[in-house]
Amino acid sequence: MSNIYEPVIGLEVHAELATRSKMFCACPVVDTTQAEPNSAVCPVCAGMPGVLPVVNQKAVEFALRVALALACEIAPSSLFARKNYFYPDLPKGYQISQYENPLAVNGRLTILTSQGEKVVRIRRVHLEEDTGKLTHIAESGNGSINEIRPAHTLIDLNRAGVPLLEIVSEPDMHSAEEVGAYARALHSLLRYLKVNSGDMQKGAMRIEPNISIRPAGSQTFGTRCEIKNLNTFRGLERAVDFEIRRQSALLDEGKVVEQETRGWIDDQGITVTQRSKEEAHDYRYFPEPDLPPLVLDRAWVEEILASLPELPISRLHRFQEQYKLSAYDAEVLTAEQETADYYEAAVAAAPQVAPKVIANWICGELFSLLNQTGMTLAECPVTPRALAALIFLVTSGEINLGTGKVVLAEMFHSGQSAEAIIASRGLRQISDSSAIAGMVQQVLKNNPEQVQSYLAGKTGIAQWLFGQVMKAAKGQANPQVVRQELEKQLNAMINNGY
Amino acid sequence: MSLTLAEVEHIAELARLALSDQEKARFCEQLSDILEYAARLQALDTTSIPPTASVLPERSVLRADEAHPGLPVQELLRNAPKIEAGQFCVPPVLELD
Repeated sequence: MSNIYEPVIGLEVHAELATRSKMFCACPVVDTTQAEPNSAVCPVCAGMPGVLPVVNQKAVEFALRVALALACEIAPSSLFARKNYFYPDLPKGYQISQYENPLAVNGRLTILTSQGEKVVRIRRVHLEEDTGKLTHIAESGNGSINEIRPAHTLIDLNRAGVPLLEIVSEPDMHSAEEVGAYARALHSLLRYLKVNSGDMQKGAMRIEPNISIRPAGSQTFGTRCEIKNLNTFRGLERAVDFEIRRQSALLDEGKVVEQETRGWIDDQGITVTQRSKEEAHDYRYFPEPDLPPLVLDRAWVEEILASLPELPISRLHRFQEQYKLSAYDAEVLTAEQETADYYEAAVAAAPQVAPKVIANWICGELFSLLNQTGMTLAECPVTPRALAALIFLVTSGEINLGTGKVVLAEMFHSGQSAEAIIASRGLRQISDSSAIAGMVQQVLKNNPEQVQSYLAGKTGIAQWLFGQVMKAAKGQANPQVVRQELEKQLNAMINNGY
Repeated sequence: MSLTLAEVEHIAELARLALSDQEKARFCEQLSDILEYAARLQALDTTSIPPTASVLPERSVLRADEAHPGLPVQELLRNAPKIEAGQFCVPPVLELD
């Protein structure tokens, strides 16, 4: 019989700031998956003796945008600190970070889960620098002694010194779902603020959950484990789920959880020990003597606060209110600013159409076309105005829903307008009841057996007959008119005593 | 204020220094002397002085976000013990983070 445990989870997120130059030197920030190795390195980020770091103003501004959007208290004066460790990804022998007096503290982020909205407290937000990239090469060779190439490590310092923002939450989350929702909300926020590329595949945002469990109802914390460097939402959720189950099983067996750092092996779906507490680093932090305290001009902070865009959660609430959307639709439409802008442009272009109908078209048909082609909304050949025009043609009865979907696909591939496609392909809906009456009459005449079954009480046959009429009309008949007409003619037969 | 031999060994390990027993004993004494000297500051009454992390004027010096080319790769790699594929090549290190 297994016990009931409550997981307690906090997150550390590292986000690269999308500046032009590095945190403490003028080296360009390059795409490290593309650029020639070591092509954006200078004496400062290479850790040469005698050099001095100078703080990048844009990095501070970006950090402040995030801290203010998270409703943090901004420190009027914060300190940089040296985090000392020997590892070749940082040639100085230390990372410049912030420790005792971080840039910002005590913020909050609203997340959306199946249980509704929830506020996660933010403990701190601080600035630091990213590390270089190491490539570990295993021993290789054909077996003969002369051919063996011993294992070695290659170092590319292009990423060393790139501005990095660390965002630490309080341990306010209790499930993989909440952790996933938090990571997504933060990702969305960073994109709205235009401070991060959002490209998780390239490591622009890395997530490290701290997980412990405790008997439900207990107020003390259990021993926690940290999982390093997750860079997909799905991997994060799976790793957290696995870790909760692993720790629960240990406690159920009467064992204890060891405090340690663990790594996630995605293809096996497990976490493994990377470093135990005994090996934990002694970083010997001390204030960075090469940098003065970071003193912020109050007016500058106020200016940045005033310049913040409408944030995802505010926009979500406004969409629910103003456009009468469900929380789900509003979340999907506001996750990316681009999508929300597209939606609002379409709504503005079609005042006669209910905003909910436009949401359905975007979240349904349009997203599915984008998914099929791997395009982003920015690359979408259908403008919000063109989509709005198409939707209006459907809601006003010019074409039916089925035809509308076909026309949208055609618009997507050819870039033509809905009107042009409908005109050139003769797709206009037949709503004329006399034309439809004739088609219904013809179908009933051609299918006497089915009509007899219907009259004998098999009313389900009506749906089949409806299908035959639509087929005869090449899908262009107004389905409501067809239903009415079919019902009318069949009732007439009953009344005439067939 | 004196350091133990174990503390000296720990600091040496963090600094990746291999010390002989003789050196350990000597550094134990020297480091203890330094700490003792610095400890004299503890005797000062600082109750009315706010903690200070820097003696520089409270004014931030920030750099505009402008990118300039770094060193030519060849130049940068002149310090490398070995070079492979345009990268510093070093003995294998275990993945820490």
